[in-house]
Amino acid sequence: MIRLTTPITEDQIRQLKVGDEVLLNGRVVLSRDIGHKFMKEQKPEWLKPILENMVIYHCGPVVRKNEDGTWSFVAAGPTTSIREEPYQADVIETYKVRGVIGKGGMGKKTSEGLQKSGAVYLHATGGAGSLLAERVKRVVDVKMLEEFGSPEAFWIIEVEDFPLVVTMDSHGGSLHEIVLAQSQERAKALTS
Amino acid sequence: MSECVIPTLTSLEVVASKSVLPGGWKADLSNLKVLDLTLPVTELLRRTTSRLPQDVIDAIVKGRDAEEEGSRAFNTLNDMVRNINLSDGQVTPLCQDTGSIIFWVRHPFGLSQLAARKQIRAAVVQATKNVWLRPNCVESLSGKNSGNNMDPFHEHHPAIHFEEWDKPEIEISVMQKGGGCENVGAQYRLPDATIGAGRDIKGVRKCIIDAVVKAQGQGCSPGILGVAIGGDRVTGYEKSKELILRKLGTANADPKMDAFEKELTNDLNTLGIGPMGYGGNTTVLGVMVEEMYRHPASFYVSISYMCWSSRRGTLTIGTNGEPSFD
Ligand code: SF4
Repeated sequence: MIRLTTPITEDQIRQLKVGDEVLLNGRVVLSRDIGHKFMKEQKPEWLKPILENMVIYHCGPVVRKNEDGTWSFVAAGPTTSIREEPYQADVIETYKVRGVIGKGGMGKKTSEGLQKSGAVYLHATGGAGSLLAERVKRVVDVKMLEEFGSPEAFWIIEVEDFPLVVTMDSHGGSLHEIVLAQSQERAKALTS
Repeated sequence: MSECVIPTLTSLEVVASKSVLPGGWKADLSNLKVLDLTLPVTELLRRTTSRLPQDVIDAIVKGRDAEEEGSRAFNTLNDMVRNINLSDGQVTPLCQDTGSIIFWVRHPFGLSQLAARKQIRAAVVQATKNVWLRPNCVESLSGKNSGNNMDPFHEHHPAIHFEEWDKPEIEISVMQKGGGCENVGAQYRLPDATIGAGRDIKGVRKCIIDAVVKAQGQGCSPGILGVAIGGDRVTGYEKSKELILRKLGTANADPKMDAFEKELTNDLNTLGIGPMGYGGNTTVLGVMVEEMYRHPASFYVSISYMCWSSRRGTLTIGTNGEPSFD
């Protein structure tokens, strides 16, 4: 189990390999479909200091507004990442993002982006909505809430011991590819 | 982080104490015309969205304990148990995707399906307001969310299957079927040359193995499979979903199918896909297979994949009018 705290350096990222289990601490920024399109097409400057050496989380959370005006996360598991494939590599490069959290893995373009920019793909446990929400210690800020709506907004949160697995590293490795190849082999043996 | 997390669900008394049903609520089954199912169905949804069935929890724990302690698979299944404990204790959704809502209603003669449909829809709207369900019903082309889980024009969501039976009691089952796992379901038409599957039980086995390999971890494995052999394109898929309502660990009534299910479960767990596709010995929690009749010219194998968060529940209103939840 490797403990990492954001902001993360390129050097730290380059040491991670597929299969490593990570407990993430510090700030994380939520973004999914509308946010990624927006980042690629509009390249807003104001997001740069927010994202530099940080981690993006593909998640549309269930949130609750407290009486004092603060926010709480009720359920916050990962959403399927492949939808951001057209945007992810550019977003990582433009904003110097060091990690992306999601589920299901991503494609070749993103893998190349991870290698080029020095970033990793971190897999969260799908369906663990309330566990992951519990590890969100604080909602620091939210951007574009009015414009994008709650599930799509840039929520800036602070997490503690957020459990993740490196499934795509910055050296071209992919746990998804390894497990797929092994299971295909085994399936052949089972059906021959 | 590798200590074994023990499932610690709140007692049934505590669950009952949080019920939306007023204490002592009873239905009058001798007067079905005035029966209102809204509250008991709302209560059913409150339970299914936050608390997994005991047999599913047992299967997850059994899978975890069969993994090497401290491995990725072990830790992931352990986190699933943590999540189960948290959601149950807080009465919050197990997963932020609270799924498509599917009902099966079995009722005696005399119940108005029109009225029951209205009441079940009202219960879903209320559960959505209570944040037990996420608004998960969008217009297909525009993506516009109806906001309350209702398909306003065709009434296809929530899906409600009615069946009149000759028993006096009413039984309502519900399933919350996640989008991620629904996407990895598959239907095969045999013979299928691409996977070398013929029209026999060996061919069926090939289809199931192929579907699980293609799914990898995308359906949030370990999964539960419902497999219908035969039927047509609609009835096959319908049956495959209904099969997922069966409790894990219960035997198939057909001894031959029972043996097939058990062998298949063991075989699938040697594929090495594991929880979330991270590798490991726990790829499926169970497989339920049923054979149907078919048209001589067509042979379908329909497979529904349910994620580890298998949210299902049954409300029974007994002859004494008292509701019970399982
Ligand atoms: S497939 Fe995964 S994300 Fe979807 S409902 Fe199931 S556990 Fe949740």
